Amino acid sequence: MSEKSGVIEATFKGRLGDFVLDVAIRTPAAGVTVLFGPSGCGKTTVLRCLAGLERLSGRLLVAGDVWQDAERFLPAHRRPVGYVFQEASLLAHLSVSRNLFFGFRRVQGARPVDLDQVVALLGLEPLLERGVSRLSGGERQRVAIGRALLSQPRLLLMDEPLASLDGERKAEVLPYLDRLHSELAIPIIYVTHDPVEAARLGDRMIRLIDGRAGDAFDLRQGATDSHLAARFGEIGPDAMLSELRGAGIPDELARLTISALETGLPPWPRVERSPRN
Amino acid sequence: MADVLWLTVKLAGVTTVVLLVLATPLAWWLARSHAWWKEIIGAVVALPIVLPPTVLGFYLLLALGPNSPLMIPFQAVGVRTLAFTFEGLVIGSVIYSLPFAVQPIRNAFQAIGARPFEVAATLRASPLDAFFSVAVPLARPGFLVAAILTFAHTIGEFGVVLMLGGGIPGETEVLSIEIYKLVEALEWDKAHQLAGLLLAFAFAVMLSLMLIERRTGRLRP
Repeated sequence: MSEKSGVIEATFKGRLGDFVLDVAIRTPAAGVTVLFGPSGCGKTTVLRCLAGLERLSGRLLVAGDVWQDAERFLPAHRRPVGYVFQEASLLAHLSVSRNLFFGFRRVQGARPVDLDQVVALLGLEPLLERGVSRLSGGERQRVAIGRALLSQPRLLLMDEPLASLDGERKAEVLPYLDRLHSELAIPIIYVTHDPVEAARLGDRMIRLIDGRAGDAFDLRQGATDSHLAARFGEIGPDAMLSELRGAGIPDELARLTISALETGLPPWPRVERSPRN
Repeated sequence: MADVLWLTVKLAGVTTVVLLVLATPLAWWLARSHAWWKEIIGAVVALPIVLPPTVLGFYLLLALGPNSPLMIPFQAVGVRTLAFTFEGLVIGSVIYSLPFAVQPIRNAFQAIGARPFEVAATLRASPLDAFFSVAVPLARPGFLVAAILTFAHTIGEFGVVLMLGGGIPGETEVLSIEIYKLVEALEWDKAHQLAGLLLAFAFAVMLSLMLIERRTGRLRP
């Protein structure tokens, strides 16, 4: 696989009502990319553009295939995406198993993801024969994720799938999301405004502010990231912490990050002041 | 008496089937379109609610009569006029009951909202596929209400049928006209029987509508 084929490249530009979006995103078509930012910054709009639910001018390449450019616009039902909405949005006239099969039945060609795998992955066995009105919020969201996976997506788009759940339900669903990540080879774009979720699930992160995207940065190399370590060495833990808080990262997460850093760092205080080599 | 009853039920049944087929795409378009002129079409569809049935019957009599330009294509295949025929009554009833079929189906389509169709699209369902696999089943109570209202409304029509059909026994003489004729002939007993029958029928219709309303209200989360 060439380097070019393994990326998602998207540029979207346009106006929706009062909102102006102008983003250029490039991220590997693997692992979890978190789209992060405050509410109203355009995260959901970007996701909807990726799915073809919204049409702005721009370009979209997914692992070498053109989904949108100046001439073409692949309609939503022709894009091999799975989409998990903020509210589970199960089809109310269908049972759980018929919801799960809705996309599966319509896929032509190979279907590597099968029901047994999804049922095992998301713990859906006890829910299969129920009507959707008899599910809890967390259960509904797990079914919605399973339904999206069974539609054999080449790209899974998740729009704050935990935002409509209370703390307990969140804790119930989170482990399943971890498993998605570790057990399936489907690239995920995950929208959230919650830094804890972002840090736990994301491999890399793109910050969106006022309809513009910042650079993608790696979340998994935090502890060994030489730039971050050097910065830490330069300004000291207290300043680092307040800087992180200033950026909207809550205490809890800041402390976690720093304790991870400390283990990989020479004893405080650090004398050298030239961070880069 | 039995043939009057049968003719009435036949007219209502045929009208209901024809209307459900015609009203569904119309209701879908009215529910989903963003065209600025859609409410003009909506108003035309709703017109029979406020239009006096005799006015509608009068225009239909002209439109379906032997001198109407609309009848020229029919006359080419040997049908001189549709006035005073059963087929003419079906056309009149379809127009007369159109709003009673379109409105409940349109409301049901609108109540679904956009989300289920977005879900269907991200699950590979084409728009046509989603119409039959999502819109129609989710709007089922609306279809049921439309069918009941159309059927009942056609059973009860009088003005249009009288103007357009003339009350020819066996061809266009339906229940409400029969009652009118019986009263004119001072046959009160027979009129009582038929009127009582229609009263019971109307009550059954309203009761079933209420029950559907309550049930679908409860089904909604």
